[in-house]
Amino acid sequence: MATMKFMCDAERCIECNGCVTACKNANEVEWGIQRRRVVTLNDGEPTEVSISVACMHCDDAPCIAVCPTETLFKRDDGIVLHDKDQCIGCGYCLYACPFGAPQFPGTEAFGERGKMDKCTFCAGGPAETKEEEYEKYGANRIDEGKLPLCAEMCSTKALIAGDAQTVADIFRQRVVHRGHKDGAWSSVDRAGPKTSMDTLAYDATRQE
Amino acid sequence: MHIHNACLALGRRLTLLLLLVTSMLLAGQALAQSADPEGELATAVPPIDAEIWRQVKSGENFIDTRFDSTYNLVNPSGETWRQIRNRWISPFGLITVGGMAALILVFYLIVGRKDLEEPRTGRKLLRWSTLERALHWTVATLFVILALTGLNLLYGKYVFNPLLGDGIWAAMMSGTKLLHNYLGPVFGALLIVILAKFLKKNIPNKTDWEWFKKGGGLFGKEHVDAHFANGGEKAWFWLLATAGVLVIASGLVMDFPNYGQSRDTMQWANVIHSLAALALTAVSLGHIYIGTIGTEGALEGMTTGYVDETWAKEHHNLWYEEVKDQAEAPDPASSGSQQGQPRQPPGKPT
Repeated sequence: MATMKFMCDAERCIECNGCVTACKNANEVEWGIQRRRVVTLNDGEPTEVSISVACMHCDDAPCIAVCPTETLFKRDDGIVLHDKDQCIGCGYCLYACPFGAPQFPGTEAFGERGKMDKCTFCAGGPAETKEEEYEKYGANRIDEGKLPLCAEMCSTKALIAGDAQTVADIFRQRVVHRGHKDGAWSSVDRAGPKTSMDTLAYDATRQE
Repeated sequence: MHIHNACLALGRRLTLLLLLVTSMLLAGQALAQSADPEGELATAVPPIDAEIWRQVKSGENFIDTRFDSTYNLVNPSGETWRQIRNRWISPFGLITVGGMAALILVFYLIVGRKDLEEPRTGRKLLRWSTLERALHWTVATLFVILALTGLNLLYGKYVFNPLLGDGIWAAMMSGTKLLHNYLGPVFGALLIVILAKFLKKNIPNKTDWEWFKKGGGLFGKEHVDAHFANGGEKAWFWLLATAGVLVIASGLVMDFPNYGQSRDTMQWANVIHSLAALALTAVSLGHIYIGTIGTEGALEGMTTGYVDETWAKEHHNLWYEEVKDQAEAPDPASSGSQQGQPRQPPGKPT
């Protein structure tokens, strides 16, 4: 069984917010809810970097661990879904989630939270009919053999989704191509003698 | 014809020149690029290195495309809260509340009820006014509802979900949360009122210290000196005045998420709320036991408002000395015997 994962390549993300729009469009989520967001560090500075983030469908999901009901659950393929019929709006998943994925429509009295909504990896959720499923959770593209729309529509292919192994393979190829010594997770200003690999202009595919 | 050829030749030369210039320009640019990798670095996306993760963790200098979000990329505090709640509060709360219940049961089985040693005199002393009793029972009812719903929020998942199935369970949890969130503030307001009302009677003094040193006469036949409120009652009062107020304050922080309080604030509010509430729940079991089946004559004080003279003498001797003159004899005028009157067989000759 595959394990589904998202991966956002920060070196490719151009903060176009196409994923955010695609997600809104595919899932028709209610007003005020935005399942995917783009975080930009050091906006406008030379060190600016952006990354798209939503529910990361954690292996050891904190939201499932703290939910007082059985709202959150993990499918066999690693996708973390939510059952809106069980949600009481306590907000514990929001406290626990490192990615700020769970959101609540705040339309009830006294600011009481409504039913939680979060990214479903475009895999819908528990419902009797297809219509009810779309109404409550949005698209079920996984059921149709498609990947989440945010990743499919990413113009620079910064955001990739799919089986963890495949996603990792794609990223590994990119890392090799870029020629970073320690993968993409290293600084070009590291200690030690400088090599040609220390510049991003280095082309690893070219023989020297 | 000649002119035409000349034009063609000129055109060729011009094209050649244009090509030459263009290629020279391109080559120059390429040379400039490979000669200055630092220049390219300056415009490239920075590496995702330890420094970036440190910045992410610190939550500095980021923007987010959500319209009102304050969430950074990764918020590690959520995991800390999860560990505190699931690893420590949840199991140790169960041990504390369950342990207290077990201790009380063992105490009841071994020591049993604390009966009055002397027979009742039938003369009654007013201990709790109607307002005080009304306040007590309202707060008590709210406390029990809030404790049960609170326990359900923490442990219900492991008990009632497998027992009832998803459908009934979901309805039960919705009700639980509504009761807890709406009755909480009511309890809070009334607790403040009742604390203010009973404050005068609960100022600690030297007698209480002696009371605690002698264990409150929990074991053995000895009765320890006590005024209107004994050391144990005062301890319960001050626990409610401290932990109880903490529970209310932290509860309000979580109950109204529309004031823009941060997620970290709500995490800590939750930790304080559950710790204080579990402590109160555990100690309340002792209060309920002593006030009902644990002590003969205690419950009638809070139901009818009056206690028997013998009970007052044995449990609150110093208070008894102060108020013994006000003891109401069991005549038809007193409220204590009024309640007893209809129990007499109607046909009995008097």
